[in-house]
Amino acid sequence: MTTLVKTPPPAPKNTAERVAKKAPSGAFDPRMLLTALPDAVKKLDPRVMVKNPVMFVVEVGAVASTIKAVTDSSVFVWWIVVWLWLTVVFANLAEAVAEGRGKAQAETLRRAKTETTARRLTDSGEEEIPATQLQLGDRVVVEAGQIIPGDGDVIEGVASVDESAITGESAPVIRESGGDRSAVTGGTKVLSDRIVVQITTKPGESFIDRMIALVEGASRQKTPNEIALNILLASLTIVFLIAVATLPTFANYAHTNLSIVILVALLVALIPTTIGALLSAIGIAGMDRLVQRNVLAMSGRAVEAAGDVNTLLLDKTGTITLGNRQASEFIPVKGVSDTELADAAQLSSLADETPEGRSIVVLAKTGYGLRERHTGELPHATFVEFTAQTRMSGVDVDGRQVRKGAAGAVNAWISQHGGTTDPQLGEIVDGISASGGTPLVVAETVNGKARPLGVIHLKDVVKEGMRERFDQMRAMGIRTVMITGDNQLTAKAIAEEAGVDDFLAEATPEDKMALIKKEQEGGRLVAMTGDGTNDAPALAQADVGVAMNSGTSAAKEAGNMVDLDSNPTKLIEIVEIGKQLLITRGSLTTFSIANDVAKYFAILPALFAAAYPGLDKLNIMGLHSPQSAIVSAIVFNALVIVALVPLALRGVRYKPSSASAMLRRNLLIYGIGGLISPFIGIKLLDLVISLIPGLR
Amino acid sequence: MSDTAAGLLQVGALIVLLAVCYRPLGGYMARVYTGEKHSRVERGAYKLFGVDAKAEQTWAVYARSVVAFSAVSVILLYLLQRLQHALPLSNGLPGVESGLAFNTAASFVSNTNWQSYVPEVTMGHLVQFAGLAVQNFLSAAVGVVVAIAVIRGFARSKTDRLGNFWVDLTRTVIRVLLPICILGGLLLVAMGVVQNFSSGHEVTSVVGQAQTLPGGPVASQEVIKELGTNGGGYYNANSAHPFENPNPLSDLFEIFLLLLIPVCLTRTFGVMVKDKRQGYAILGVMGTIWGAFVFLATLFETQGAGTATRAAGAAMEGKETRFGEWASSLFAVSTTGTSTGAVNAMHDSFTPLGGGVPLFHMMLGEVTPGGTGTGLYGILVLAVLTVFVAGLMVGRTPEYLKKKITGREMKLVSLYILATPTVVLVGASLAMGLATARASILNTDSPHGFSEVLYAFTSAGNNNGSAFAGISANIPFYNTALGLVMLLGRFVPIVIVLALAGSFAQQQPVPVTQGTLPTHKALFVTMLVGVVIIVTGLTYFPALTLGPLAEGL
Repeated sequence: MTTLVKTPPPAPKNTAERVAKKAPSGAFDPRMLLTALPDAVKKLDPRVMVKNPVMFVVEVGAVASTIKAVTDSSVFVWWIVVWLWLTVVFANLAEAVAEGRGKAQAETLRRAKTETTARRLTDSGEEEIPATQLQLGDRVVVEAGQIIPGDGDVIEGVASVDESAITGESAPVIRESGGDRSAVTGGTKVLSDRIVVQITTKPGESFIDRMIALVEGASRQKTPNEIALNILLASLTIVFLIAVATLPTFANYAHTNLSIVILVALLVALIPTTIGALLSAIGIAGMDRLVQRNVLAMSGRAVEAAGDVNTLLLDKTGTITLGNRQASEFIPVKGVSDTELADAAQLSSLADETPEGRSIVVLAKTGYGLRERHTGELPHATFVEFTAQTRMSGVDVDGRQVRKGAAGAVNAWISQHGGTTDPQLGEIVDGISASGGTPLVVAETVNGKARPLGVIHLKDVVKEGMRERFDQMRAMGIRTVMITGDNQLTAKAIAEEAGVDDFLAEATPEDKMALIKKEQEGGRLVAMTGDGTNDAPALAQADVGVAMNSGTSAAKEAGNMVDLDSNPTKLIEIVEIGKQLLITRGSLTTFSIANDVAKYFAILPALFAAAYPGLDKLNIMGLHSPQSAIVSAIVFNALVIVALVPLALRGVRYKPSSASAMLRRNLLIYGIGGLISPFIGIKLLDLVISLIPGLR
Repeated sequence: MSDTAAGLLQVGALIVLLAVCYRPLGGYMARVYTGEKHSRVERGAYKLFGVDAKAEQTWAVYARSVVAFSAVSVILLYLLQRLQHALPLSNGLPGVESGLAFNTAASFVSNTNWQSYVPEVTMGHLVQFAGLAVQNFLSAAVGVVVAIAVIRGFARSKTDRLGNFWVDLTRTVIRVLLPICILGGLLLVAMGVVQNFSSGHEVTSVVGQAQTLPGGPVASQEVIKELGTNGGGYYNANSAHPFENPNPLSDLFEIFLLLLIPVCLTRTFGVMVKDKRQGYAILGVMGTIWGAFVFLATLFETQGAGTATRAAGAAMEGKETRFGEWASSLFAVSTTGTSTGAVNAMHDSFTPLGGGVPLFHMMLGEVTPGGTGTGLYGILVLAVLTVFVAGLMVGRTPEYLKKKITGREMKLVSLYILATPTVVLVGASLAMGLATARASILNTDSPHGFSEVLYAFTSAGNNNGSAFAGISANIPFYNTALGLVMLLGRFVPIVIVLALAGSFAQQQPVPVTQGTLPTHKALFVTMLVGVVIIVTGLTYFPALTLGPLAEGL
């Protein structure tokens, strides 16, 4: 039983900063638009714009219209030109706002990465060098109060480390050589003791460097689904380009001369500018949502894969159950009262600081009304600590000895002290084992003679709400598999209680790996969490491998995400964020395409009703004049981008449900909504715009 | 019986006939393309042409085979026409002029069967049955085998093989087309369609004029003309000619024939991908749109438009009295929803909006239910597109029939969607921009003139073959431009869709879970209908405004 207890999340050290970091992802401040404006204008550079084919076409159209406007000026033409430029700026604004949020976070990180010196160990002793000169494999000494100069593994000593610079949690964590808590991150601070760290990353490639690059979006690459969507948007743009480019010859036949400005206006109204403008902002915001939950994804690809996951491998301890087993009941043998047993159990656990021990004291208090005694109240008591040899712990007080421990060990102790074990004890112990719990036998000696008192039933406590979460997962088509080192019986009991679909008992790292491979052979995508070095191969094999920040460097290298809070339950949130990202893209694409119908009804009659009066019947919105109709359509097209920026940043509302239900909902809102809303929007704009002199 | 009752009865009978054949024929075709055994005739054919029937092809080889086979077909058909005068059974007709010969060769090999000539006075019996009729079989078969290769792309996994083009082609002709044609041809003869080798009867009409009644092997041509969604008539009047389509019964039977294979292929698809519900869903999309268009066309035609039709009592200009408005509308929508292009009434004479219906129906890409094979693979591409958008909306990398749709697949889907509108609109734009081409328009200075040009290029690009007439299409510009549009509109999509099938075939199937978007339910069917109309239809909307809408509103 480990003695390292992670304290509960403490109060934030700097309230303002924490609020900013943990602000709900939907928080959108209109002022952000203003601050992002300079960046948005800078992005008008065609070399930048060309990366976004849809908006690039709009920019080219805007340039062409501007040239035309200069030579052939009118109120109408200038209105179109201005709003075409605004369309491009709004698109850039969306991206700039999304990036701006990351920049603020990067700033905080940079401050943490102050100039540090390293105390490098050499054959002859120790030397001081700048941290930037550290090479792979160097060993450095870090003592209390010093900043760890680079990422590495502790190879000597144990220390408490303040990692708030990267995690935002001010509670110190323990880092020690060997085991699964050996990784330290450059830029974090040692609070106590002295450790020797072996450097595992090259300068400039450290965790904190990568994190800065990530939140700034510098290393952002388009994800597979984003690429596929971009292709579709580009081809829709080309189709409409052809439809518009061939129109003048058709119109000439109808004695209608279409100016370049009109053609550009029609083209811009038809191509999917809404989604084209918001696509990259959606991607950046998705990554940002992860960062806000203290998860670092090494690539956008991993985030998307998370949305596709079919199978979740969840470690039992810490993910499904509350880290440790807890006392749930005291079962006395015949002739012993409940209170007697509870009292003995409490007494034997007073000095036991393990979570199991604490839970016994708590149960004695809540279940049997026994006040917690403090060790100081019993001056003559000698506490016997648990050791691997005795497998018992307890107390000797006033000639009375109380012991609790594994059934075999306690039975042996009873025999040694001239007592006899009760056959009933065996039945109780077997019953608890069969139900998946852990029995702890309690015994005492009175007057030198030992006797059993009863059994403490320790059981794994499943975290609250897990069953509901797994039900949701099932509805989404995700299979959950619990991984545990427990035996088959115990594992089965917990699995049933928690409601997971399957479990893997007595799991070794090899078993885990084999399970992942088997799932993947069936075409499934697997997500898992891990922290130990022996988890590394499985983390690398899994499609989504979330390493705990408290884990080893090997694990962190192997995974494609790192959870700074080291909270394995977060895997579920990661899946949800991945899905939400795709849903937002799909919904806005549908919206964008559906918008076209109304724009046709606005623009086409405006263009051709003069030649063919019958076409005025298509003006079902009753728009005021051809000019006001076209301007209204273009203004609507531009404003809808701004209106949807908050949605793009926050993501479409996501509630776990089946694919059918989700499609029905999103199709209704964004498909039907996308059909109807521009009819209303354009009509309202027309009412205003038709008041402008020159556009009547 | 009122017109309405008769019309409804006809639609009902058509649906019942198709429903009866759906399972047997669809299942039979699935067995044809999955069976291992070769018949003796087939083995003989493979030996003759040196085909290794056991060797399966990659998508690239399959595509090369399709293109090479079709290229050779174009050349042979071209030569046959050019050298007609020197060959037997020419009915004394001269060799066909080069532009027209190219246009006709491209037209029949691409399953378009656009005819910018009057068959009776241009093509002799030899060209008709050794050239055109042969292509009626082969071009239809090519469409079917491409669809089968695409189905295999979905049905198979972790392989780069899509089957053997030569085997598929041979089986299509011998096991599918020929048996139905023999049966169907006999039925047509029984219904009164002519079948002889006469070069014409001289008769004197009731008003005392001398008239030649041309004969020929019409029934045998007629059956494959409809069954293979070809549409090239033996006579200029096509299925409006009493020797091709004598009565309402033969009319119904011809509509049935042209819908038969495209409809039943959805069953073949369902069987081969081992999920028949997927086939029903695709059929549901086709049926919904087809039904809606039949309704619209009938509505516009029966309501008539303009003072002339109102004075006449019905919009009967260009329609046969033995068919009437209902049967003409039903035929027009069915022939443009497939790539047939046969007509039993002159589409050019439809009311403006009524004529816009077949035009718009072709613009949807002829996927409702489409030509033999072409309709199925066309709608599957649109289904992939729909799944892509819908899949994103449910938060997963989109997958259709257990295959993921990634950037590579979307690239191909995008190219496919671009191909036809591009050739149609660019072609039409050229025709409207060039003075020589514009001079062909007989209805000058009216939106109807533009509709006719738009119809011609839409028909060619989608390999339909029906025409609005009203333009003198037998000039070098139209013969060349439409010929090219037909070839591009046929083979560019074929190569792309085969590449797509190759890409799907290589994938490992993704397991179906609760999180998988169901593609067999009403919601998906509705969305696919929306995509067909919005994504493909919107492209043409500006052009349509200047044509049928300008004329009709």
